[in-house]
Amino acid sequence: MKHADLHRLYPKILGYAAVSVLVTGLIVSPWGNTARATDDENSVNLYSYRQAFLIDPLLDAFTEQTGIKVNTVFVKKGMLERLKAEGRNSDADMVLSADIGRLHDMVTAGVLQGVSSDKLNKNIPSQFRHPEGLWYGLTLRARIIFASKDRTQPGEVLSLADLAKPALQGRVCTRSGKHVYNVSLIASVIANEGIDQTRQWLTGLRDNLARKPQGNDRAQAKAISEGVCDYAIANTYYMGKMVTNTLKPEQQQWAAGIRIIFPDQDGHGTHVNISGAAITKSAKHRDNAIALLEFLSDTHAQEIYAEQNFEYPVKPDVTLHPLVSSWGKFKADTINLDKVAQHRITASKLVDETAFDLGPQND
Amino acid sequence: MSQRVSVLGLEKTSVFALFRRIDGWTFGALLTSLLIAVPILSVFVVALAPGITSSDDIWSHLVSTVLFHYISTTLTLMLGVGAGTLIIGTGTAWLVTMHRFPGQSIFEWALVLPLAVPAYVIAYVYTDLLEYAGPLQIALRGIFGWSSYGDYWFPEIRSLGGAIAMLTLVLYPYVYLLARAAFLEQSVSVLEASRVLGKTPWQSFTKVALPIARPAVVAGVSLVMMETLNDFGTVDYFAVATFTAGIYDVWLNMNSISGAAQLASVMLMFVIALIALERLSRHGRKFHHTGSKHATLPTVPLSHSKALLASLICLLPIILGFAIPAGILIDYSLAFYQVTLDSDYLLYTTNSLLLASTSAVLAVMIGLFLAYSIRLHGSPLLIGAARVASIGYAVPGAVLAIGVILPLSYFDNAVDSYMLETFGYSTGLILSGTIFAVIIGYLVRFLALSFGTLEASLGKVTINMDGASRTLGHGPASTLKRVHLPLIRTSILTAGILVFVDVMKELPMTMLLRPFNFETLATYVHQYASDELLEESALGALTIVGAGILPVIILSVAISRSRPGHRSSESS
Repeated sequence: MKHADLHRLYPKILGYAAVSVLVTGLIVSPWGNTARATDDENSVNLYSYRQAFLIDPLLDAFTEQTGIKVNTVFVKKGMLERLKAEGRNSDADMVLSADIGRLHDMVTAGVLQGVSSDKLNKNIPSQFRHPEGLWYGLTLRARIIFASKDRTQPGEVLSLADLAKPALQGRVCTRSGKHVYNVSLIASVIANEGIDQTRQWLTGLRDNLARKPQGNDRAQAKAISEGVCDYAIANTYYMGKMVTNTLKPEQQQWAAGIRIIFPDQDGHGTHVNISGAAITKSAKHRDNAIALLEFLSDTHAQEIYAEQNFEYPVKPDVTLHPLVSSWGKFKADTINLDKVAQHRITASKLVDETAFDLGPQND
Repeated sequence: MSQRVSVLGLEKTSVFALFRRIDGWTFGALLTSLLIAVPILSVFVVALAPGITSSDDIWSHLVSTVLFHYISTTLTLMLGVGAGTLIIGTGTAWLVTMHRFPGQSIFEWALVLPLAVPAYVIAYVYTDLLEYAGPLQIALRGIFGWSSYGDYWFPEIRSLGGAIAMLTLVLYPYVYLLARAAFLEQSVSVLEASRVLGKTPWQSFTKVALPIARPAVVAGVSLVMMETLNDFGTVDYFAVATFTAGIYDVWLNMNSISGAAQLASVMLMFVIALIALERLSRHGRKFHHTGSKHATLPTVPLSHSKALLASLICLLPIILGFAIPAGILIDYSLAFYQVTLDSDYLLYTTNSLLLASTSAVLAVMIGLFLAYSIRLHGSPLLIGAARVASIGYAVPGAVLAIGVILPLSYFDNAVDSYMLETFGYSTGLILSGTIFAVIIGYLVRFLALSFGTLEASLGKVTINMDGASRTLGHGPASTLKRVHLPLIRTSILTAGILVFVDVMKELPMTMLLRPFNFETLATYVHQYASDELLEESALGALTIVGAGILPVIILSVAISRSRPGHRSSESS
């Protein structure tokens, strides 16, 4: 072969080499296995709204105890649509959610099945599970008020309603009104006070904001620490995560300047949301899924939850994390969460109507 | 009957000619376009399906509250980012291609680097740096003795302006790449003619070079605008309510996927109208290069002060768009690398690289096939189909993912039902929730990148070349291989690398379409970033950036080499 010909062949050889490397890579890589690793009898398949790094310790403990393998995929937007489209052939046996809203949407869409067991009924109080066992709450998080220790007086703010008082102008921070946690919070206000009251409250709160709603709950603690605002709305466990964050000591400082207020102790109690789980209608490993659900509701797992993420266990007799118990006992709003969830669309629309996310409109 | 009436360019007497024209190339291209368009069309189908909440209700709510805010925010964002990338992209491309100044041969490739930085990452690091509690403002307060919030004015990073700045910084390389390739491919004779006719360098740029490069520049800017339109990570983080944010809100907070799909459809119509408008405004003008590419481009050496200015202009976007974010990521990684190393980090990296390279190869092959088929027989039907197939880039990722899920699971369930009824054997899901579904998703989403780049590039090859080759007895395939491929080599590489880098960064489709127990670097980083813990996964984010750098540099070198007479290959 002439030298020139060989030279012309190089690109071709390179091309073929690249393609063969790719194809080999595809076959050899774990992809072949992940494709349908879900057929194994001794497994359970999970669609999770909660991040893998949060739930892996629990799932590992389950596998260790039962020998049942847990396959997970962390999905957010579109999990419901994926379940619906896959229909009876869906590989998912169970879903995990960080909020009542998503579970409620799944109930409405009819992709869940009701299950029941003595253990589940014993471990989980009735207000934290669906009447027909379509979903079960696993942990509780209270939506509370962070207050600056330096710049606020105890007693100034005792309820959510107080956050809308004119005296607080320019002193309140929160994340977007459209975030699921806030939508559920607003929905609970609607359930308790009615739409008109809620609209009024939301407008007052909007005009008290120090800045346009932004960031997550942790970012509000940072804002208090920097003096941007004096009060903020946040979930309890963020406090625990900041206090114990040795890798980011500045967060310990933010937490140190904050006092926790459980709002509405003289009224209907503090709004509590759940993280929860449900069994899908299509579940092919139904028994394994129920076993996992029972495991998650039981003392050992509940302690891991409490230890890892500073959430309140749903099982009444489980010991709280010392830090969590140091925040004190509080009265939780006992209104049925299913009822709260029904007001979520209205809540979301109120946020639009009041232009809440554009921030204060009084300057 | 020999009377012929021309309707829409088709001749009425030859109805059969329409079908005769549909040869293998056209048929194959039509079929491919249709397949790729199915997920996009599914979005329209969802829009028409009745939802749980009535659509009338949602529309009247939106119209009376936030819709016009969404629209004005989105238009401002698009115009801002469009203008910003146009100026930075074409400006720096013209500087480095046509001038000589210190550092110019480094800038040639370094200007592409910000492309590798995901928009949500740059938004995150700049917020950390520039917000009230960030080091910069703390330092300023220290220097000037300001004490509290509201004492002084400082631009709010979490704002529409902030979003424009962030997106401009990471998206301008699209325009830069395509503009630079176009400037390099331009013929010297035209530029010489312009100079001989007494035009200044600036006039040559605006009156000659820019109009010739227009298809490429427009292709770049439209990619930028589509990417801007479907961005969610940045605008969500900055609390800027755009149309896309509204789509997700209607979908997830009002539990109406059909309402969301309707909004997305309206948005798509808008994009289609924009593209059509631009094409119309070209008045069918076509620009081919007839002169030799091998003549050296007449580059202008810059005087001291001008050279300094040129260096600064090129340096700024690199520092802001790449050096600072990469530096902060390295800083985070040094503190938190252990978290990432404790995970299956190498596996995630392999997954990302394999997905990105497979999709890049496939997207280029399909894009080239479509672009060349259109060149062979540009039937309006095929052109329309290809346009629809490449509009996926403008659809918000998660919405498009639903568009992919629906037909795939429909297919799976239909096959399953058939097999169950006929053979009593259930096949379950075949394609849904597999790597295959993920790759399909990428192709639907990123075809615009490969098709757009290659169509623009093929368009610059004069049709006389095809004629000459065909006269010499070569068929379409042989002509493509022997004539076009060598001529548009650089653009093929550009297209492939754009897809590669974009797949590395892609998040919403990967998340929703992937199988169980499957992470890519992007999904791994998102776990943490979604809870504003980017530091913990900074090494992952840094790897995404790093994986993008190498191909980006290869690309830039290849672009320089594509013009053998161009000096940068000699001087280096």
